[in-house]
Amino acid sequence: MKPSVWHRMDFLRRQLTPFMLTIVLVFVGLVPFHISDLARVMPLFSLIAVFHWGVYRAELLPMYAVFLIGFFQDALSGVPMGVYTLVYVLVYGLVSFQHRFFSGKSFYVVWLGYAVVSAGASFLVWLLVSLLHGAVVDPLAVAFQYLLGLGCYPLIAHLFLRWQRAVLQQV
Amino acid sequence: MKGSTRTISRITAPVKSAAQRFAYMALILGAVGVLVIGRVDAVHMDQLRAQITDAATPILNVLSQPVDALNQAAGKVRELYAVHEENQQLRIERDRLLQWQAAARKLEAENRTLRGLLNFTAGAQTNFIAARVVADTGGAFAHSLILNAGDLAGVRKGQAAVTGDGLIGRVSGVGRRSSRLLLITDLNSRIPVVIESTRTRAVLAGTNSGWPRLIHLPTGAIIAKGDRVVTSGHGGAFPSGLPIGVVSAATDGIFDVQPYVNRDRLEYVRILDYGLQGIIRSGPDRNRRKPAN
Repeated sequence: MKPSVWHRMDFLRRQLTPFMLTIVLVFVGLVPFHISDLARVMPLFSLIAVFHWGVYRAELLPMYAVFLIGFFQDALSGVPMGVYTLVYVLVYGLVSFQHRFFSGKSFYVVWLGYAVVSAGASFLVWLLVSLLHGAVVDPLAVAFQYLLGLGCYPLIAHLFLRWQRAVLQQV
Repeated sequence: MKGSTRTISRITAPVKSAAQRFAYMALILGAVGVLVIGRVDAVHMDQLRAQITDAATPILNVLSQPVDALNQAAGKVRELYAVHEENQQLRIERDRLLQWQAAARKLEAENRTLRGLLNFTAGAQTNFIAARVVADTGGAFAHSLILNAGDLAGVRKGQAAVTGDGLIGRVSGVGRRSSRLLLITDLNSRIPVVIESTRTRAVLAGTNSGWPRLIHLPTGAIIAKGDRVVTSGHGGAFPSGLPIGVVSAATDGIFDVQPYVNRDRLEYVRILDYGLQGIIRSGPDRNRRKPAN
Protein backbone atom coordinates (compact mmCIF):
# COMPACT_ATOMS: atom_id res chain seq x y z
CA MET A 1 0.00 0.00 0.00
CA LYS A 2 1.30 3.41 -0.95
CA PRO A 3 1.39 5.96 1.87
CA SER A 4 -1.24 8.65 1.46
CA VAL A 5 -0.34 12.29 0.86
CA TRP A 6 -1.32 13.17 4.42
CA HIS A 7 0.85 10.45 5.80
CA ARG A 8 3.80 11.70 3.81
CA MET A 9 3.19 15.29 4.88
CA ASP A 10 3.03 14.18 8.47
CA PHE A 11 6.29 12.31 7.98
CA LEU A 12 7.93 15.43 6.51
CA ARG A 13 6.61 17.59 9.32
CA ARG A 14 8.08 15.25 11.90
CA GLN A 15 11.38 15.19 10.07
CA LEU A 16 11.52 18.95 10.08
CA THR A 17 10.88 19.32 13.80
CA PRO A 18 14.51 19.20 15.01
CA PHE A 19 15.35 22.07 12.64
CA MET A 20 12.27 24.07 13.56
CA LEU A 21 12.77 23.53 17.31
CA THR A 22 16.36 24.73 17.02
CA ILE A 23 15.23 27.86 15.15
CA VAL A 24 12.66 28.47 17.91
CA LEU A 25 15.50 28.30 20.44
CA VAL A 26 17.45 30.92 18.45
CA PHE A 27 14.43 33.22 18.85
CA VAL A 28 13.99 32.40 22.55
CA GLY A 29 17.60 33.43 23.16
CA LEU A 30 16.82 36.88 21.72
CA VAL A 31 13.67 37.80 23.64
CA PRO A 32 14.36 40.67 26.04
CA PHE A 33 13.43 39.14 29.38
CA HIS A 34 14.10 42.31 31.40
CA ILE A 35 15.91 40.32 34.05
CA SER A 36 18.83 42.15 35.59
CA ASP A 37 22.12 41.37 33.82
CA LEU A 38 20.70 38.25 32.16
CA ALA A 39 21.15 39.70 28.68
CA ARG A 40 24.92 39.91 29.17
CA VAL A 41 25.25 36.19 29.87
CA MET A 42 22.30 34.77 27.90
CA PRO A 43 23.23 31.18 27.08
CA LEU A 44 23.35 29.85 23.54
CA PHE A 45 20.23 27.70 23.51
CA SER A 46 20.67 26.76 19.86
CA LEU A 47 24.08 25.22 20.62
CA ILE A 48 22.36 22.88 23.07
CA ALA A 49 19.91 21.89 20.33
CA VAL A 50 22.64 21.32 17.74
CA PHE A 51 24.55 19.13 20.21
CA HIS A 52 21.45 17.20 21.24
CA TRP A 53 20.24 16.38 17.74
CA GLY A 54 23.79 15.63 16.65
CA VAL A 55 24.05 13.02 19.40
CA TYR A 56 20.58 11.44 19.22
CA ARG A 57 19.07 11.97 15.78
CA ALA A 58 21.76 13.30 13.47
CA GLU A 59 19.83 11.95 10.47
CA LEU A 60 16.95 14.35 11.26
CA LEU A 61 19.19 17.40 11.41
CA PRO A 62 21.44 17.30 8.35
CA MET A 63 24.68 19.25 8.41
CA TYR A 64 23.54 21.88 5.92
CA ALA A 65 20.63 22.62 8.30
CA VAL A 66 23.19 23.19 11.07
CA PHE A 67 25.04 25.57 8.75
CA LEU A 68 21.80 27.51 8.18
CA ILE A 69 21.06 27.63 11.93
CA GLY A 70 24.53 28.99 12.64
CA PHE A 71 24.19 31.56 9.88
CA PHE A 72 20.81 32.65 11.26
CA GLN A 73 22.24 32.92 14.77
CA ASP A 74 25.14 34.99 13.41
CA ALA A 75 22.85 37.37 11.54
CA LEU A 76 20.54 38.01 14.47
CA SER A 77 23.00 38.09 17.35
CA GLY A 78 25.33 40.69 15.89
CA VAL A 79 28.62 38.80 16.16
CA PRO A 80 30.85 38.86 13.06
CA MET A 81 29.13 36.78 10.36
CA GLY A 82 30.41 33.22 10.16
CA VAL A 83 31.51 32.75 13.78
CA TYR A 84 28.57 30.66 14.97
CA THR A 85 28.23 29.07 11.52
CA LEU A 86 31.76 27.67 11.79
CA VAL A 87 31.50 26.70 15.46
CA TYR A 88 28.11 24.97 15.06
CA VAL A 89 29.27 22.97 12.04
CA LEU A 90 32.40 21.93 13.97
CA VAL A 91 30.40 20.92 17.06
CA TYR A 92 27.92 18.98 14.92
CA GLY A 93 30.70 17.22 13.05
CA LEU A 94 32.42 16.27 16.27
CA VAL A 95 29.36 14.77 17.93
CA SER A 96 27.74 13.15 14.90
CA PHE A 97 30.95 11.51 13.68
CA GLN A 98 31.70 10.37 17.25
CA HIS A 99 28.10 9.29 17.52
CA ARG A 100 29.10 5.74 18.54
CA PHE A 101 30.77 7.09 21.68
CA PHE A 102 27.51 8.56 22.96
CA SER A 103 25.12 5.80 21.89
CA GLY A 104 23.58 3.93 24.80
CA LYS A 105 25.38 6.07 27.38
CA SER A 106 23.52 7.47 30.37
CA PHE A 107 22.18 11.02 30.38
CA TYR A 108 24.96 12.17 32.73
CA VAL A 109 27.66 11.01 30.36
CA VAL A 110 26.03 12.95 27.52
CA TRP A 111 25.74 15.98 29.79
CA LEU A 112 29.45 15.66 30.60
CA GLY A 113 30.06 15.42 26.86
CA TYR A 114 28.15 18.67 26.41
CA ALA A 115 30.23 20.28 29.19
CA VAL A 116 33.44 19.46 27.32
CA VAL A 117 32.18 20.26 23.81
CA SER A 118 30.50 23.54 24.78
CA ALA A 119 33.64 24.61 26.70
CA GLY A 120 35.60 24.14 23.50
CA ALA A 121 32.90 25.93 21.48
CA SER A 122 32.79 28.88 23.92
CA PHE A 123 36.57 29.17 23.79
CA LEU A 124 36.54 29.11 19.98
CA VAL A 125 33.82 31.78 19.75
CA TRP A 126 35.72 33.88 22.30
CA LEU A 127 38.94 33.49 20.30
CA LEU A 128 37.32 34.28 16.93
CA VAL A 129 35.34 37.31 18.17
CA SER A 130 38.37 38.67 20.04
CA LEU A 131 40.58 38.23 16.96
CA LEU A 132 38.05 39.74 14.56
CA HIS A 133 37.36 42.74 16.81
CA GLY A 134 41.00 43.17 17.77
CA ALA A 135 40.09 43.39 21.46
CA VAL A 136 39.70 40.83 24.21
CA VAL A 137 36.10 39.93 25.09
CA ASP A 138 35.48 39.83 28.85
CA PRO A 139 36.30 36.19 29.73
CA LEU A 140 34.26 36.31 32.92
CA ALA A 141 31.01 36.98 31.03
CA VAL A 142 31.87 34.13 28.65
CA ALA A 143 32.45 31.81 31.63
CA PHE A 144 29.09 32.77 33.16
CA GLN A 145 27.37 32.27 29.83
CA TYR A 146 28.97 28.82 29.56
CA LEU A 147 27.89 27.81 33.08
CA LEU A 148 24.36 29.06 32.50
CA GLY A 149 24.19 27.03 29.28
CA LEU A 150 25.41 23.99 31.17
CA GLY A 151 22.64 24.51 33.74
CA CYS A 152 19.99 24.89 31.02
CA TYR A 153 21.12 21.75 29.18
CA PRO A 154 19.15 19.16 31.22
CA LEU A 155 15.93 21.15 30.88
CA ILE A 156 16.14 21.52 27.09
CA ALA A 157 17.47 18.00 26.57
CA HIS A 158 14.67 16.62 28.72
CA LEU A 159 12.02 18.45 26.66
CA PHE A 160 13.63 17.21 23.44
CA LEU A 161 13.79 13.62 24.71
CA ARG A 162 10.09 13.74 25.58
CA TRP A 163 9.37 15.14 22.13
CA GLN A 164 11.38 12.33 20.57
CA ARG A 165 9.37 9.73 22.46
CA ALA A 166 6.02 11.33 21.67
CA VAL A 167 6.46 12.43 18.05
CA LEU A 168 9.61 11.13 16.45
CA GLN A 169 9.45 7.48 17.37
CA GLN A 170 8.00 6.37 14.04
CA VAL A 171 10.35 8.48 11.93
CA MET B 1 17.42 -10.43 -2.59
CA LYS B 2 18.52 -9.56 0.91
CA GLY B 3 22.04 -10.71 0.11
CA SER B 4 22.32 -8.53 -2.98
CA THR B 5 21.10 -5.46 -1.01
CA ARG B 6 23.79 -6.13 1.53
CA THR B 7 26.42 -6.41 -1.23
CA ILE B 8 25.26 -3.14 -2.73
CA SER B 9 25.31 -1.43 0.64
CA ARG B 10 28.79 -2.85 1.27
CA ILE B 11 29.95 -1.11 -1.89
CA THR B 12 27.93 2.09 -1.46
CA ALA B 13 28.57 2.62 2.27
CA PRO B 14 32.21 3.74 1.95
CA VAL B 15 31.30 5.91 -1.06
CA LYS B 16 28.44 7.47 0.92
CA SER B 17 30.67 8.04 3.91
CA ALA B 18 33.34 9.64 1.73
CA ALA B 19 30.71 11.83 0.08
CA GLN B 20 29.48 12.88 3.51
CA ARG B 21 32.96 13.76 4.64
CA PHE B 22 33.49 15.72 1.46
CA ALA B 23 30.21 17.59 1.98
CA TYR B 24 31.21 18.30 5.58
CA MET B 25 34.57 19.73 4.54
CA ALA B 26 32.76 21.88 1.97
CA LEU B 27 30.52 23.27 4.73
CA ILE B 28 33.52 24.05 6.95
CA LEU B 29 35.13 25.86 4.03
CA GLY B 30 31.82 27.63 3.41
CA ALA B 31 31.73 28.86 7.03
CA VAL B 32 35.32 30.09 6.79
CA GLY B 33 34.33 31.74 3.50
CA VAL B 34 31.50 33.58 5.27
CA LEU B 35 34.00 34.81 7.90
CA VAL B 36 36.37 36.06 5.19
CA ILE B 37 33.62 37.69 3.10
CA GLY B 38 32.35 39.38 6.27
CA ARG B 39 35.78 40.98 6.67
CA VAL B 40 36.40 41.83 3.02
CA ASP B 41 32.94 42.98 1.95
CA ALA B 42 31.36 44.24 5.15
CA VAL B 43 28.79 46.40 3.32
CA HIS B 44 27.10 43.52 1.51
CA MET B 45 27.27 41.26 4.57
CA ASP B 46 25.63 44.00 6.66
CA GLN B 47 22.88 44.30 4.04
CA LEU B 48 22.28 40.56 4.18
CA ARG B 49 22.20 40.72 7.98
CA ALA B 50 19.69 43.57 7.84
CA GLN B 51 17.48 41.57 5.46
CA ILE B 52 17.52 38.51 7.72
CA THR B 53 16.78 40.71 10.75
CA ASP B 54 13.92 42.31 8.81
CA ALA B 55 12.41 38.92 8.10
CA ALA B 56 12.74 37.82 11.74
CA THR B 57 11.45 41.04 13.29
CA PRO B 58 7.69 40.26 13.02
CA ILE B 59 8.26 37.02 14.94
CA LEU B 60 10.45 38.77 17.54
CA ASN B 61 7.79 41.47 17.81
CA VAL B 62 5.15 38.90 18.73
CA LEU B 63 7.45 36.93 21.06
CA SER B 64 8.57 39.98 23.03
CA GLN B 65 5.05 41.26 23.67
CA PRO B 66 3.91 38.80 26.38
CA VAL B 67 7.25 39.25 28.18
CA ASP B 68 6.80 43.03 28.08
CA ALA B 69 3.21 42.72 29.32
CA LEU B 70 4.32 40.53 32.23
CA ASN B 71 7.08 42.93 33.05
CA GLN B 72 4.67 45.85 33.05
CA ALA B 73 2.20 44.00 35.26
CA ALA B 74 4.95 43.19 37.76
CA GLY B 75 6.02 46.84 37.67
CA LYS B 76 2.46 47.98 38.43
CA VAL B 77 2.22 45.71 41.47
CA ARG B 78 5.57 47.03 42.72
CA GLU B 79 4.37 50.63 42.19
CA LEU B 80 1.20 49.95 44.13
CA TYR B 81 3.21 48.99 47.19
CA ALA B 82 5.42 52.05 46.99
CA VAL B 83 2.76 54.60 46.03
CA HIS B 84 2.60 56.44 49.35
CA GLU B 85 6.34 56.77 49.76
CA GLU B 86 6.74 57.80 46.13
CA ASN B 87 4.08 60.46 46.50
CA GLN B 88 5.97 62.06 49.40
CA GLN B 89 9.18 61.96 47.43
CA LEU B 90 7.54 63.49 44.36
CA ARG B 91 6.13 66.39 46.43
CA ILE B 92 9.62 67.23 47.70
CA GLU B 93 11.01 66.92 44.21
CA ARG B 94 8.26 69.11 42.74
CA ASP B 95 9.07 71.89 45.19
CA ARG B 96 12.69 71.73 44.21
CA LEU B 97 11.86 71.63 40.48
CA LEU B 98 9.65 74.70 40.80
CA GLN B 99 12.68 76.63 41.99
CA TRP B 100 14.66 75.25 39.04
CA GLN B 101 11.85 76.24 36.68
CA ALA B 102 12.05 79.83 37.88
CA ALA B 103 15.82 79.78 37.37
CA ALA B 104 15.44 78.22 33.91
CA ARG B 105 12.88 80.82 32.82
CA LYS B 106 15.22 83.59 33.86
CA LEU B 107 18.13 81.97 32.01
CA GLU B 108 15.99 81.34 28.92
CA ALA B 109 15.03 84.99 28.71
CA GLU B 110 18.66 86.01 29.19
CA ASN B 111 19.76 83.46 26.60
CA ARG B 112 17.25 84.78 24.06
CA THR B 113 18.48 88.33 24.54
CA LEU B 114 22.11 87.31 24.22
CA ARG B 115 21.40 85.24 21.09
CA GLY B 116 19.69 88.25 19.61
CA LEU B 117 22.75 90.32 20.36
CA LEU B 118 25.13 87.79 18.79
CA ASN B 119 22.97 86.97 15.78
CA PHE B 120 23.26 83.29 16.78
CA THR B 121 22.15 80.54 14.38
CA ALA B 122 20.27 77.78 16.14
CA GLY B 123 21.10 74.10 15.42
CA ALA B 124 18.97 71.92 13.21
CA GLN B 125 15.61 70.88 14.55
CA THR B 126 15.32 67.50 16.22
CA ASN B 127 12.91 64.82 15.14
CA PHE B 128 12.21 61.75 17.21
CA ILE B 129 11.44 58.27 16.03
CA ALA B 130 10.00 56.00 18.69
CA ALA B 131 10.85 52.33 18.38
CA ARG B 132 10.14 49.21 20.36
CA VAL B 133 12.93 46.89 21.49
CA VAL B 134 12.01 43.50 20.04
CA ALA B 135 15.23 41.63 20.76
CA ASP B 136 18.20 41.87 23.03
CA THR B 137 20.80 39.98 21.08
CA GLY B 138 22.43 39.10 24.33
CA GLY B 139 25.31 36.91 25.23
CA ALA B 140 28.84 37.79 26.13
CA PHE B 141 29.94 38.53 22.57
CA ALA B 142 27.73 41.32 21.27
CA HIS B 143 25.75 44.04 22.98
CA SER B 144 23.05 45.14 20.59
CA LEU B 145 19.29 45.48 20.38
CA ILE B 146 16.90 44.96 17.48
CA LEU B 147 14.28 47.69 17.05
CA ASN B 148 11.03 47.46 15.11
CA ALA B 149 11.58 50.68 13.14
CA GLY B 150 13.74 50.92 10.04
CA ASP B 151 14.31 52.76 6.82
CA LEU B 152 10.58 53.29 6.25
CA ALA B 153 10.24 55.12 9.59
CA GLY B 154 13.22 57.34 8.79
CA VAL B 155 15.91 55.55 10.80
CA ARG B 156 19.40 56.05 9.39
CA LYS B 157 22.73 54.50 10.21
CA GLY B 158 24.68 56.49 12.80
CA GLN B 159 21.74 58.10 14.58
CA ALA B 160 21.79 58.24 18.37
CA ALA B 161 19.22 56.43 20.48
CA VAL B 162 18.16 57.70 23.89
CA THR B 163 15.67 57.19 26.67
CA GLY B 164 14.61 59.75 29.24
CA ASP B 165 17.74 58.84 31.21
CA GLY B 166 20.35 59.32 28.52
CA LEU B 167 22.19 57.83 25.57
CA ILE B 168 21.86 54.09 24.89
CA GLY B 169 23.81 53.68 21.68
CA ARG B 170 23.79 54.32 17.98
CA VAL B 171 22.11 52.72 14.99
CA SER B 172 24.60 50.36 13.36
CA GLY B 173 22.42 48.72 10.74
CA VAL B 174 19.10 49.53 9.09
CA GLY B 175 16.63 47.28 7.33
CA ARG B 176 13.26 48.31 5.91
CA ARG B 177 11.26 47.66 9.07
CA SER B 178 13.97 46.95 11.62
CA SER B 179 17.25 48.34 12.79
CA ARG B 180 20.13 47.27 14.96
CA LEU B 181 21.23 49.40 17.86
CA LEU B 182 24.85 49.07 18.98
CA LEU B 183 24.88 49.70 22.73
CA ILE B 184 27.52 51.95 24.29
CA THR B 185 28.76 48.90 26.19
CA ASP B 186 29.58 46.91 23.02
CA LEU B 187 33.22 46.24 22.24
CA ASN B 188 32.90 48.14 18.95
CA SER B 189 31.30 51.26 20.38
CA ARG B 190 33.43 54.43 20.39
CA ILE B 191 31.76 57.71 21.35
CA PRO B 192 33.41 61.12 21.63
CA VAL B 193 32.58 62.49 25.08
CA VAL B 194 33.50 65.27 27.47
CA ILE B 195 33.58 65.33 31.25
CA GLU B 196 30.83 67.84 31.91
CA SER B 197 32.45 69.83 34.71
CA THR B 198 36.02 70.06 33.39
CA ARG B 199 35.29 69.86 29.63
CA THR B 200 38.04 67.21 29.34
CA ARG B 201 37.68 65.39 26.05
CA ALA B 202 37.84 61.62 25.82
CA VAL B 203 36.47 58.67 23.91
CA LEU B 204 34.08 56.28 25.61
CA ALA B 205 34.91 52.74 24.55
CA GLY B 206 32.66 49.76 25.17
CA THR B 207 34.23 46.70 26.79
CA ASN B 208 31.38 44.16 26.53
CA SER B 209 31.00 44.52 30.28
CA GLY B 210 28.38 46.73 31.90
CA TRP B 211 30.87 49.58 32.28
CA PRO B 212 32.37 51.29 29.26
CA ARG B 213 35.80 52.88 29.73
CA LEU B 214 37.25 56.34 29.00
CA ILE B 215 40.21 56.19 26.62
CA HIS B 216 42.39 58.68 24.72
CA LEU B 217 42.44 61.06 27.66
CA PRO B 218 44.77 64.06 27.46
CA THR B 219 47.82 63.71 29.70
CA GLY B 220 47.28 65.09 33.16
CA ALA B 221 43.51 64.94 32.92
CA ILE B 222 41.87 65.18 36.32
CA ILE B 223 38.83 62.98 36.59
CA ALA B 224 37.08 62.07 39.80
CA LYS B 225 34.54 59.45 40.73
CA GLY B 226 31.04 60.84 40.25
CA ASP B 227 31.88 63.17 37.33
CA ARG B 228 29.13 63.34 34.70
CA VAL B 229 30.01 62.17 31.20
CA VAL B 230 28.13 63.64 28.21
CA THR B 231 28.51 63.43 24.42
CA SER B 232 30.87 66.01 22.99
CA GLY B 233 29.42 66.17 19.50
CA HIS B 234 32.86 65.84 17.89
CA GLY B 235 32.88 64.03 14.59
CA GLY B 236 29.47 65.44 13.85
CA ALA B 237 27.56 62.19 14.11
CA PHE B 238 26.12 62.87 17.56
CA PRO B 239 24.56 65.95 19.07
CA SER B 240 26.50 67.35 21.99
CA GLY B 241 25.40 67.28 25.61
CA LEU B 242 23.48 64.00 25.69
CA PRO B 243 23.95 62.52 29.16
CA ILE B 244 25.69 59.14 29.21
CA GLY B 245 26.62 58.31 32.79
CA VAL B 246 28.91 59.00 35.71
CA VAL B 247 32.49 57.94 36.35
CA SER B 248 32.08 54.97 38.67
CA ALA B 249 35.68 53.90 39.17
CA ALA B 250 38.84 55.93 38.87
CA THR B 251 41.93 53.90 39.66
CA ASP B 252 45.43 53.89 38.13
CA GLY B 253 44.38 55.93 35.14
CA ILE B 254 41.51 53.58 34.27
CA PHE B 255 38.13 55.25 34.35
CA ASP B 256 34.97 53.18 34.14
CA VAL B 257 31.61 54.79 33.50
CA GLN B 258 28.29 53.68 34.94
CA PRO B 259 25.68 54.43 32.23
CA TYR B 260 22.45 56.15 33.28
CA VAL B 261 20.36 53.85 31.15
CA ASN B 262 19.52 50.46 32.56
CA ARG B 263 19.59 48.09 29.60
CA ASP B 264 17.46 45.47 31.34
CA ARG B 265 14.43 47.73 31.54
CA LEU B 266 14.40 48.98 27.95
CA GLU B 267 11.10 48.55 26.16
CA TYR B 268 10.95 51.66 23.99
CA VAL B 269 13.71 53.94 22.78
CA ARG B 270 13.81 57.25 20.93
CA ILE B 271 16.01 57.65 17.92
CA LEU B 272 17.20 61.22 17.45
CA ASP B 273 17.22 62.70 14.00
CA TYR B 274 19.10 65.97 14.34
CA GLY B 275 19.57 66.25 10.62
CA LEU B 276 23.31 65.94 11.26
CA GLN B 277 25.13 64.44 8.32
CA GLY B 278 28.54 64.37 9.97
CA ILE B 279 30.88 61.58 9.02
CA ILE B 280 28.02 59.24 8.26
CA ARG B 281 26.16 60.12 5.11
CA SER B 282 22.48 59.44 4.80
CA GLY B 283 20.12 59.52 1.86
CA PRO B 284 19.08 57.17 -0.88
CA ASP B 285 22.62 56.63 -2.16
CA ARG B 286 24.10 55.61 1.19
CA ASN B 287 24.07 51.92 0.35
CA ARG B 288 26.25 52.48 -2.65
CA ARG B 289 28.97 54.34 -0.84
CA LYS B 290 32.25 52.65 -0.12
CA PRO B 291 32.87 51.71 3.51
CA ALA B 292 34.62 54.40 5.48
CA ASN B 293 38.20 53.40 6.19
